Amino acid sequence: MTVVHQNLEATEAKMNAREVSVFYGDKKAIDEVSIEIPTQYVTAFIGPSGCGKSTFLRTLNRMNDTIPSARVEGEILLDGEDIYRSKMDVVQLRARVGMVFQKPNPFPKSIYENIAYGPKIHGLAEDKGSLDEIVERSLKRAGLWDEVKDRLNDSGTALSGGQQQRLCIARAIAVDPEVILMDEPCSALDPIATAKIEELIAELNGRYAIVIVTHSMQQAARVSQRTAFFHLGKMVEYGRTTDIFTNPLEQRTQDYITGRYG
Amino acid sequence: MSEHTPPTRTPAFEARLKQRYAAERRFRLLGLSSIVFSVIVLAFLLATMTINGLGGFQRVELNVPIDFTQAGLSGDASSLSQSGAVQNLQAQGLPEVVRFFAEQSLGEEGAEELNPDAWRIVAEQIVNQPSLLQQEARFSLPASADLAAGYEGEGSPEMIALADQLAKAGSLEQNFDIGFLRRADATDPQMVGIWGALKGSMLTMLVTLLLAFPIGVLAALYLEEYAPKNRWTDLIEVSINNLAAVPSIIFGLLGLAVFLWMFPNFRSAPIIGGMTLALMTMPVIVISGRNAIKAVPPSIRDGALAVGASPIQVVFHHVLPLALPGILTGTIIGMARALGETAPLLMIGMRAFVATPPDGFTSPATVLPVQIFLWSDEIDRGFVERTSAAIIVLLLFLLVMNGLAIYLRNKFEKSW
Repeated sequence: MTVVHQNLEATEAKMNAREVSVFYGDKKAIDEVSIEIPTQYVTAFIGPSGCGKSTFLRTLNRMNDTIPSARVEGEILLDGEDIYRSKMDVVQLRARVGMVFQKPNPFPKSIYENIAYGPKIHGLAEDKGSLDEIVERSLKRAGLWDEVKDRLNDSGTALSGGQQQRLCIARAIAVDPEVILMDEPCSALDPIATAKIEELIAELNGRYAIVIVTHSMQQAARVSQRTAFFHLGKMVEYGRTTDIFTNPLEQRTQDYITGRYG
Repeated sequence: MSEHTPPTRTPAFEARLKQRYAAERRFRLLGLSSIVFSVIVLAFLLATMTINGLGGFQRVELNVPIDFTQAGLSGDASSLSQSGAVQNLQAQGLPEVVRFFAEQSLGEEGAEELNPDAWRIVAEQIVNQPSLLQQEARFSLPASADLAAGYEGEGSPEMIALADQLAKAGSLEQNFDIGFLRRADATDPQMVGIWGALKGSMLTMLVTLLLAFPIGVLAALYLEEYAPKNRWTDLIEVSINNLAAVPSIIFGLLGLAVFLWMFPNFRSAPIIGGMTLALMTMPVIVISGRNAIKAVPPSIRDGALAVGASPIQVVFHHVLPLALPGILTGTIIGMARALGETAPLLMIGMRAFVATPPDGFTSPATVLPVQIFLWSDEIDRGFVERTSAAIIVLLLFLLVMNGLAIYLRNKFEKSW
């Protein structure tokens, strides 16, 4: 049973999951998770390895569709529309709910092409000039513009790991999504690059609803306002980040954040 | 103290260490010697080919001066520009004129050994340059196969003596034969050319490429990206792998039974040859294509999907460009094998004697390896060198084709 802290102020929910279960074949990876993703906050999913937090994150923009054996039950609403059963197109969904992955995965194309790709396929730019603008704006928001403005035609894969990850964030925000999902975005980065990404998340907070999966409890505490603790496919506890870390209601949460396992 | 010696510092350990290094040295030596061996074999092959083949690009020719001012041939511009100009010259007695002047300069015996078709070469030169008819000109005309053999020091003693005598007089010499690259097959080794077979090979390869590449790549893409993984796709995979291992002559039988049955008028035509070889090449492209597509990291696919690319955009914008170098490598291997293939083409009639280069995909043709096979079977000694020359042309064609593919592959190669 999930414990939800009752002192949460009423927020506008961007996404709403209701009793979501995910199966890989016969194996139940997520067991009836219900959660509201608020519009103006960063929500962190924490929990030990294999607890299903990444799986749950990937159901939020239907990236699990690529796994043939995966099956989702329950409903996930984006602005009140069920993303699995309504007429919402999966391509449109992913344009509205962007994603940043654990390992930076820029396309082996130029920096410019990396950012311009999304807007191009969705026809968001009328001409070259407005495409240039989108690229510049996205790179500025991702805090990468000053570092790459003179070499936009260099390959995206030639950047350092931290720069690549910010490039991927810039790529995600170039299509102006409403939600950005981040799957352990700093796990492959050094502390300095991590700090930059965290700064960036703080800046993007408010403009986009952000959901971040992280292994680092300190990171969750630094960047998020809401935290959900997952364990063995279940969401154990959900509440304000400060409450979860200082005043958890569940013993398992208490044990995890104090480092007794995980 | 001695019982405290760590195990990594005992004499036994050091002895084993030495053995390990020795094993590594032996292994390196073995690898190096196999490379040296292959290089030597390759060098030997290339050297023999070149030495034998260079003679094949040359021809023994007789020098015949002809004074057209005395010949009395009429050559107005209109009659020489028409298509029947050569026949026209024949009707006016050009063969006799050539024969007359040959007897004058070479003697009767020498003129006898002029190639029977020598006058055609004169006629063609006149058509290209009508002003020749108003002047005296020297022509290098092919000698007969017997005299050519005599020049090489073979054949009957009389021929050797005659060749010797003519060579001393400066009337008989070996010249580079540019015509070898322009003519098609003939019965006389002095008159053969490789262009017919080369053009046949080009046309056949073009058909093969145009059929096998798109079908192979599309099949590979579908199997990797779209097909559900079930027993049917497993069966298809096994069948494709088996198809790649089927002996080529079987494909020839298939071409004979199916393609020639469907298009009986296209016997010996490059289009049928190309279709048959495409069947053979396609599985190779499918297999290498699937491997190349599999090697594209899933993270690239995820990245593209996550910005909202549709599956077909993921394939054409990301997967295919990244897999292309690998697909091209497979295509090179498949096409090179198809280029060197003889057996299936024998089955569909591409071993016919074709004396004119093919004009298109549907006219009778032969291909380089079949031409080599046919010439190697000839009794006349002059064909030996011609065969080697044809092999050089085939190898050069292969080299050009592979070079082009490697250039394309490097151009598309990207790192990620």
